[in-house]
Amino acid sequence: MAEIVLDKVTKRYPDGALAVSEVDIEIADGEFIILVGPSGCGKSTTLNMIAGLEDITSGELRIGGKRMNEQAPKDRDIAMVFQSYALYPHMTVRENMAFPLRLAKVDNATVEKKVTEAAKILDLTQHLDRKPSNLSGGQRQRVAMGRAIVRNPKAFLMDEPLSNLDAKLRVQMRTSVSRLQKQLGTTTIYVTHDQTEAMTLGDRVVVMRGGVVQQVGAPQALYDHPANLFVAGFIGSPSMNFVPGTIENDTLRTVLGDVPLTGRIAGLLAKANAPREVIMGVRPEHFEDAHLLDEPTRDRGVVFEGQVDVLESMGADKYAYFSLHGEQAASEELAELAADAGSAEVTASGIELVTRLSAASSVAEGATAKIWFDNDKVQVFDPSDGRNLTYAGR
Amino acid sequence: MSEASQLSAENVAGASATARGVRGGSAGSTGSARRAKPVLSEGKKAERRLGLLLCAPAALVMIAVTGWPIIYSVWLSLQRFDLRFPDQREFVGLDNYITVLSSPYWWTAFGVTALLTVVSVVLELVLGMALALIMHRTIVGRGLVRTVALIPYGIVTVVAAFSWYYAWTPGTGYLANLVGPDTALLTERLPALAIIVSAEVWKTTPFMALLLMAGLALVPDDLLKAAAMDGASAWQRFTRVMVPVMKPAILVALLFRTLDAFRIFDNIFVLTSGAQDTASVSMQTYNNLIKGLNLGVGSTMSVLIFITVAIIAFVFVKVFGTAAPGSDQGGRR
Repeated sequence: MAEIVLDKVTKRYPDGALAVSEVDIEIADGEFIILVGPSGCGKSTTLNMIAGLEDITSGELRIGGKRMNEQAPKDRDIAMVFQSYALYPHMTVRENMAFPLRLAKVDNATVEKKVTEAAKILDLTQHLDRKPSNLSGGQRQRVAMGRAIVRNPKAFLMDEPLSNLDAKLRVQMRTSVSRLQKQLGTTTIYVTHDQTEAMTLGDRVVVMRGGVVQQVGAPQALYDHPANLFVAGFIGSPSMNFVPGTIENDTLRTVLGDVPLTGRIAGLLAKANAPREVIMGVRPEHFEDAHLLDEPTRDRGVVFEGQVDVLESMGADKYAYFSLHGEQAASEELAELAADAGSAEVTASGIELVTRLSAASSVAEGATAKIWFDNDKVQVFDPSDGRNLTYAGR
Repeated sequence: MSEASQLSAENVAGASATARGVRGGSAGSTGSARRAKPVLSEGKKAERRLGLLLCAPAALVMIAVTGWPIIYSVWLSLQRFDLRFPDQREFVGLDNYITVLSSPYWWTAFGVTALLTVVSVVLELVLGMALALIMHRTIVGRGLVRTVALIPYGIVTVVAAFSWYYAWTPGTGYLANLVGPDTALLTERLPALAIIVSAEVWKTTPFMALLLMAGLALVPDDLLKAAAMDGASAWQRFTRVMVPVMKPAILVALLFRTLDAFRIFDNIFVLTSGAQDTASVSMQTYNNLIKGLNLGVGSTMSVLIFITVAIIAFVFVKVFGTAAPGSDQGGRR
């Protein structure tokens, strides 16, 4: 158990490519921290540098207060779970889990005891004498976890450990990973590209893009107060709606109508020195069917009219999709997010809007609906550098 | 002339017959599983008939060029047949085998061959593994490194053997001069054997390395990273993860090289001509068959070589469980 400190850790490959740029993270003892970002954002490289599988170009890595840059992986006393599980195919489950202990020259009785214990925690007792090839994906994943926990390392590193599981099992394993981490109280660094995993698992989430840390914070804080367009678009599912707009006095003119800026937002914008042309972001759940609201509430926000493109009823609520005429919000961050989601090619012209309405809503597919949104919940971004102009700082 | 081609055909026959033996071994297990299945449908039957028909031409060629020479040499080995006395040709049963197997010359040659095989294959394995690791790990100039490493294997054995021969020729050879101007190592038994081994090793290590490199590709990077995280040193990663995982490839490489090494001929022929008891079994066979014109005894020896090689293959396949790399269902994935 130990705290892990990354102090301006940078990775530059011999060909000059910058994979990770000056990452500063302080991870407290026992904390569960998530590195999240699209593929190629440097999260796995960061993890490998903590593991010692890749050299640190500059900066310092400290585990338990000691500089670790030059230590070999085996001397860092940390365990790692790989996406491919990396189980030794020629060893049984028991031998796989015992391997780190055998290498550490632990006596047989202790090895037996620890392996049995770990197997019990992970529900692997009846599979101990089988080879990995005879196990299901979920069982293999648990063996990989078992191999990590048997030797009580200072920290666990997990590199997309659930990505190779099918959707249902992934949700199940997510809960057990979380429970296991709480039970053991070991510092854990978890890499994923899945924002749902990031939101549900971590004490804190580190969002990375192009080797640079975008924001570090508790999942809810990232969701409510994204520091920039990238974090706003990456965190949350369905993701935030982005609409271009123009600030005129205390009004934000957009295709959704003129949004009067509340005092709080106007103050923040003034402080942030906002440009005239901006991007407005609204989360899907901040929309509502106007018919379901009483007069005072409706008057507090903005109401617009649109034709419902697609309606998805999820039971607890309804997702109504709109396509509005007008220019799409354009910025580097949004383009990258679209490319990562694979939606860059399929996006139709015009603005796509996703709204989450109450189940009681009577909107119908193809019909025109009156939709309301809360103008105090909007976020305003600077299209040139992506920063959140309404970010209060958290 | 015709006997010479007969001999080389025999050698080829031995090699391909054992190669088929290897494949037969691994196919055997799937074959028995198929037999347990219910009766084939009409479509499946037609498909299988077509398959057999398509294989037939190749099978016929194989029988003509490998099956027939084997049968013919077995037939010859059961006769007294000396070209110097063609009139005395007669069927003698196993007499030739008794003659050969009770001859000290045969057993000396057998011992020499076994020694050369074991020593050279072990050295090739060690050096081949090192070379394979180097070729596998090279990042800069990969193509160049691999090409350079493979040059010895690309040189005809006889040519390579002559270059070794000249290198060890007293007075003019650079290696001979290095050791001492008054020595003639090729005329002493143990040094001559050592030179033969070094020539063999130099020539075939690249082949071994090539086979082992294919095996190295079977070891996922993640596995080695995981072992490093688990606390394994570089040596432990090699012995406890890499070698066990690539064991099928190692066994195949060993099998090929052992079979080949046991039939060693060219290097000995050029370097010592079998003087000072350095002749291998193939060398003795050549002496009897081509030089001695004794087709009966010569064929007997070649049949005995064939049987030995078959036993080696059998032991590898059945005892060590050698199979094509990747076909091992138990430990992979």
